[in-house]
Amino acid sequence: MQRRMQITAFITLVLIIFSIVNLNPPFDKKDSQGNIIEKGKIKLGLDLQGGMYLKLAIDTDKMPANVKLEEAVSRALEILRNRIDALGVAEPLITREGDKYIVVQLPGVKDPERALNIIGKTALLEFKMADERDKISEMTDAAGNTVASKIPEGVMVLADKEGNRTPIFTKDLLTGNDLVDAKVQMGTYGTPVVWFKFSPEGGRKFAELTGDNVGKKLAIILDDKVYSDPVIKTRISGGEGIIEGNFNLDDAKDLSLVLRAGALPAPVKIINKYVVGPSLGADSIAKGQKSIIIGALVVVCFMAFYYGVSGLIADFALIFNVLFVLGILAALNATLTLPGIAGLTLTIGIAVDANVLILERIREEMRAGKTIRAAIDAGYHRAWLTILDAHITSLITAAILFQFGTGAIRGFAVTLFWGLLISLFTAFFITQSIFDLRKQYKTLSI
Amino acid sequence: MIEIIKNTKLNFIGARKVTYIISALLVLNGLWAVYKIATGQARMGLDFTGGISVQVQFKKDVKVDDVRGVLNKAKMNQAVIQQIGEPADKVFLIRVGTQELSGENASGTLTQMLKTETGDNDMAVLEQNEIGGLVSSQLKEKAFYAVFWALFAILIYIWIRFQLKFAIAATIATLHDVLAVLGILVLLNKEVDLLVITSLLTIAGYSLTDTVVVFDRIRENMKHILKTTYQDLVNVSINEVLSRTIITSFTTFSVAMCLFLFGGNVLHTFSLAMVIGVVVGTYSSDFLASPIVVDWENYERKNRTGK
Repeated sequence: MQRRMQITAFITLVLIIFSIVNLNPPFDKKDSQGNIIEKGKIKLGLDLQGGMYLKLAIDTDKMPANVKLEEAVSRALEILRNRIDALGVAEPLITREGDKYIVVQLPGVKDPERALNIIGKTALLEFKMADERDKISEMTDAAGNTVASKIPEGVMVLADKEGNRTPIFTKDLLTGNDLVDAKVQMGTYGTPVVWFKFSPEGGRKFAELTGDNVGKKLAIILDDKVYSDPVIKTRISGGEGIIEGNFNLDDAKDLSLVLRAGALPAPVKIINKYVVGPSLGADSIAKGQKSIIIGALVVVCFMAFYYGVSGLIADFALIFNVLFVLGILAALNATLTLPGIAGLTLTIGIAVDANVLILERIREEMRAGKTIRAAIDAGYHRAWLTILDAHITSLITAAILFQFGTGAIRGFAVTLFWGLLISLFTAFFITQSIFDLRKQYKTLSI
Repeated sequence: MIEIIKNTKLNFIGARKVTYIISALLVLNGLWAVYKIATGQARMGLDFTGGISVQVQFKKDVKVDDVRGVLNKAKMNQAVIQQIGEPADKVFLIRVGTQELSGENASGTLTQMLKTETGDNDMAVLEQNEIGGLVSSQLKEKAFYAVFWALFAILIYIWIRFQLKFAIAATIATLHDVLAVLGILVLLNKEVDLLVITSLLTIAGYSLTDTVVVFDRIRENMKHILKTTYQDLVNVSINEVLSRTIITSFTTFSVAMCLFLFGGNVLHTFSLAMVIGVVVGTYSSDFLASPIVVDWENYERKNRTGK
């Protein structure tokens, strides 16, 4: 008995230190201006702190034929990382899922629409020659729709931002891959334009291209939209150029950002988007806190009322349970979601089951005429297997929920799983050691 | 010592003719719910149907009709508009099915329209959710596998720990609970989403815990009570653990109730399912799982003596 107590006391101490170290500080520490000085150790899910979740699929139909899917996804991941870094979101999470999906999580993002605009843009910049010999009117039917059979070989029809269609030669001359830099500049009429610079290799190609086509129109195309089609006046050897397109300042900034970060190898489609505003997140935290505090109070008070001092011992173990679970969640870098809080609340209700089983058993043994000491020992001894069986069934469901769940559900499964596992230790061994502090009992409040 | 339950001698097994009927009705209702879900007549969450939902809070005085007007303009005539909380909060939840999605980022376009059309520039976007058909079918598949594997794993565990008849009785009781809760939720016209599936699995775990406690006691009593009939033995066992059953159900019920009362809109159906599940799960261990074991055992004994 002595040895068991020592081991329990030792593990408890280790877990207390572990939890406190891992949990300090539990939530973000902010200064008087509301800036975060120190990040809280409990990672809050998007549903609690607000932010954006995106699941993107690479559009395989529009992927260039020479690119493998595997390469395309890796390249897209890298480019999205660059773009999001430039966007300046704290702790973004960009992961690959399955063969062609990319999940982007931006906790606390201030302007989700802008972020979406930057992430979702393919940003494929192309330079092609405008087809000045064919007329768009010759490629349409009476209703004004373009007719595929009327479009000459090697020509395609693209629209500009206003929706006006122009024929363009399909031949690829240069793409944004040859860019090394892009910036916002003020154009001649005070409207923002995007300035770009080619790599030396790209600059050489650009010089050649412009030299060969003086007097002709060069179409600057971004994501299949013609942004401008200036007439080439002279050979451009500096390897620089500008894109005009009646931008406002923010658009121009975002465009230069995505051009710097590079084009996605193929367009991406948003197949799942989830945005939570900060106020709803705060509201959820408040509601979660209220539920868990009131729930815990009901259970703690009831146990103390019904089982007296023995109930208080169980309550004591319950407090350790919650502390340890939070400590483990922080150490595992797990995310606390609203369903996670619900899981923790339910754990409180379910975890006392072990204590109820033990205490009821002790009562039974006492009624059967055993001394208090013998009743306590028999109670713990006999309840153990039942407690184990009962916990394992719930642990199985929690583990399966974790396996199949996504996001918030995982948050639930994680808290439930650890809550139940830890309660095996807190509800059984810690309380047993407390009972073992005294060798003999004349009376027992139970 | 405070005791609510003291030396009870309730005849749980004796009531089985009545409780079998109750359980059968609950299961039938559950199967009806499954049928309704399978045929698309039940209210399903966005996770499973796909589509968009937007929750916004207006600052200006905007009415449901105004919101409806914007939606009609956006050609989202089938959208469901729901006002959340007090009318004074001016919080609206708008849901649009997949077939009406006009393209990429429809939820972003919709919130932008709500803002400009109502002229409420301070309108706050509380939540935006957009789920494509592909994702929703993946989620459906995942939910199905989760339910399947959870029940399967539990069954295997019980088979290892108990005799076959206990394992089957426990599995029937667990299935009964899951169907009963699902049936009641669909009957109440609650929306079934991923969180509800989560709660169903949690209920399965909880209900089984309850059954295991009773079965453990039956097994223990089988070792030293030999003279009585099997029915009496099971009855005694249930009565012996009755106070534990009631108290644990009470604590779990209380926390589930707290979640229901204070947890807000997101946890509403989830916690309601838990509240119902605790009651049903407790009921089924005493009134369904145990009687099945008794009937099975009696049948076996009759066959043995008949030979």
